[in-house]
Amino acid sequence: MPPAIHVKHVRKSYGDLRAVDGVTFEVGHGEFFGILGPNGAGKTTTLEIIEGLREADGGEVTVLGLRPWPRNPALLPRIGVQLQATSFFERLTVREQLRTFADLYRVPAQRADDMLEVVGLTSSAGTRTEKLSGGQAQRLSIACALVHRPDVLFLDEPTGALDPQARRNLWDLLRAIQAEGHTIVLTTHHMDEAETLAHRVAIMDQGKILQIGAPAALVRGLAHPVRISIESGALSADEARAVADGATVGDDGVSLTFTTTEPAPVLERLADRDALAGLQVAGASLEDVFLQLTGREYRA
Amino acid sequence: MTASKTPAPPALADDAGARTRGPNWQGFRSLSRAMFRGFVRDRAALFFTILFPVLFLLLFGSIYKSSSTPKINVVEVGRVGVLEQARAGSHGQLDKVLTVTHTTSLSHALNEVRQASVDAAVQQQGGKLIVHYSIANPTTAGVVQSVFAGIVQAANQAASGRPPAYQLATQQVEDKSLKPIQYLTPGLLGWAIASGGAFAAALTLVGWRKNKLLRRLRLAPVSTASIVTARIAVSVAVAIVETFVFIAIATTPYFGLKLTAYWWMAIPVVICGTLAFMSIGLLVGALAKSQEAATAIVNLIVLPMAFLGGAFIPLAFAPQWIVKVSYFMPLRYLVVGAQNVMARGDGPASALPAMGILLGFAAVLTVIAVRVFRWDEI
Repeated sequence: MPPAIHVKHVRKSYGDLRAVDGVTFEVGHGEFFGILGPNGAGKTTTLEIIEGLREADGGEVTVLGLRPWPRNPALLPRIGVQLQATSFFERLTVREQLRTFADLYRVPAQRADDMLEVVGLTSSAGTRTEKLSGGQAQRLSIACALVHRPDVLFLDEPTGALDPQARRNLWDLLRAIQAEGHTIVLTTHHMDEAETLAHRVAIMDQGKILQIGAPAALVRGLAHPVRISIESGALSADEARAVADGATVGDDGVSLTFTTTEPAPVLERLADRDALAGLQVAGASLEDVFLQLTGREYRA
Repeated sequence: MTASKTPAPPALADDAGARTRGPNWQGFRSLSRAMFRGFVRDRAALFFTILFPVLFLLLFGSIYKSSSTPKINVVEVGRVGVLEQARAGSHGQLDKVLTVTHTTSLSHALNEVRQASVDAAVQQQGGKLIVHYSIANPTTAGVVQSVFAGIVQAANQAASGRPPAYQLATQQVEDKSLKPIQYLTPGLLGWAIASGGAFAAALTLVGWRKNKLLRRLRLAPVSTASIVTARIAVSVAVAIVETFVFIAIATTPYFGLKLTAYWWMAIPVVICGTLAFMSIGLLVGALAKSQEAATAIVNLIVLPMAFLGGAFIPLAFAPQWIVKVSYFMPLRYLVVGAQNVMARGDGPASALPAMGILLGFAAVLTVIAVRVFRWDEI
């Protein structure tokens, strides 16, 4: 059984710019795969090559065992695509919009109305799409991509311009979609989004994949120190030194913080002294992995 | 997963293959419906493609109507038996030329002639018919004299009791001296069809490229041909509706357009014209980066063409250089082609050369547009 998506040594240049420079990865059936990278890393170009919107200069791409380029009519009904912009027909209502897409895929209108329910837009069915909020428009856009029950769903920065509530609302929707068995490929530059949604992520920069794996495994591989903090004043200075036993200690008047690469003994000693009030343990996040890989300098 | 299972997750792998076979009529219908709804809900587009040209027709139709058939206003002083007999005997023909009012006061009537509020005052004294007129307007004065000379002659002839030696038979010829409404209607209709088609194609293309709907549709199982024919179908339908609105207004008794026998041949001409101007819009849409730019470019093309192609200035009255230039304007073939069959009484075949030129123009421009076309903005 071939993987849902197979990408090998894919290259694409625009003049001197190597937008995609030898990218290789595979995505399994039912997997939620994230492509993470700063703006201009080549995420969208990679996605467009896989979708069949652009021709690669070299390399090999198959989706569900089929070649996406040139435009492959056998593949189109099996993939769903949500592009960066919300691509709607002008001046149609939410229901009309979705039914139009359903017709394009020869799917019954009832299925379109069911999808409205799934993305929580039933109450806005009669609203013109121009009047939707950013989050509603994204949910409709995803509904349009899902109306024909595609095996593979591509989402290009779906939460780009959303407020925190709308983002989390959309995450819940995406998890539910994945749970139904759809394979999802998502690009994002939000670390938390990739960390919370994706089974595996590929971190991409300057057209290359720098690292690939499960978010937790990537973070663990970083061997980044852990910060353990409790309420300031819960321990005397002597006690704090005893607990630290080699770890760095700091006190800013609000929190007493131990920084260590071996957090377990420190936590044990704190528990022995019953000094766990206000305990916070902060490990590395995907963001640390990302910054370590791509550097911190600002890129306009 | 066992070997018996299908490669894709079972719940999702329904008849994917069957869905892609054959032309996608459902998609075509659905796209047409979406575009039609988008059009009728766009108030600005409705106004500029349909209402604005109709307002022009009402305006120009009313202005030129009054100057076309000048009637002569005559005051009848007391009773003028000869005039009344002539009017009764002419079966309304004379009333098309004369408007008759009555008064009993000669001085009052003469005053009206002096002030030019009427063209002539008529009184009868026994066997003498006296016509008072002003020479202020020589043309009217001439018409007044000949009309009454005719009336008197007819009365004399009738009084003699003998059959007339000569009879006048008249036959109307459809010629260059068309009434204004006969060329205003095809002219303004041509302009309306031209701008409607060009704007529809250009704005759809630019708008859909900007919001990436073009790319989105490329990833849907619907062919480019379906998308293009849906857009053409909607524009052609709008153009035909517009043609009937124009004809309905122009043929009211107020405007008095007389359709000639093969007027219906104007419909295929309008369809060919729509295609020609949509191809202009397609090219503009392929080149323009924003809808504002597309609007400006289309106006820049269509508006001068309306003056040079016989839509606003009838070619029969236009200076020679405009007539020469008009042969290079596709709008000319739309306007003249429609006019010949609608108002000049030419046969259906007379529209074929114009239709051929419009279709050829459309084909050439479409080929160019396809060459410069881009799926997205770079």
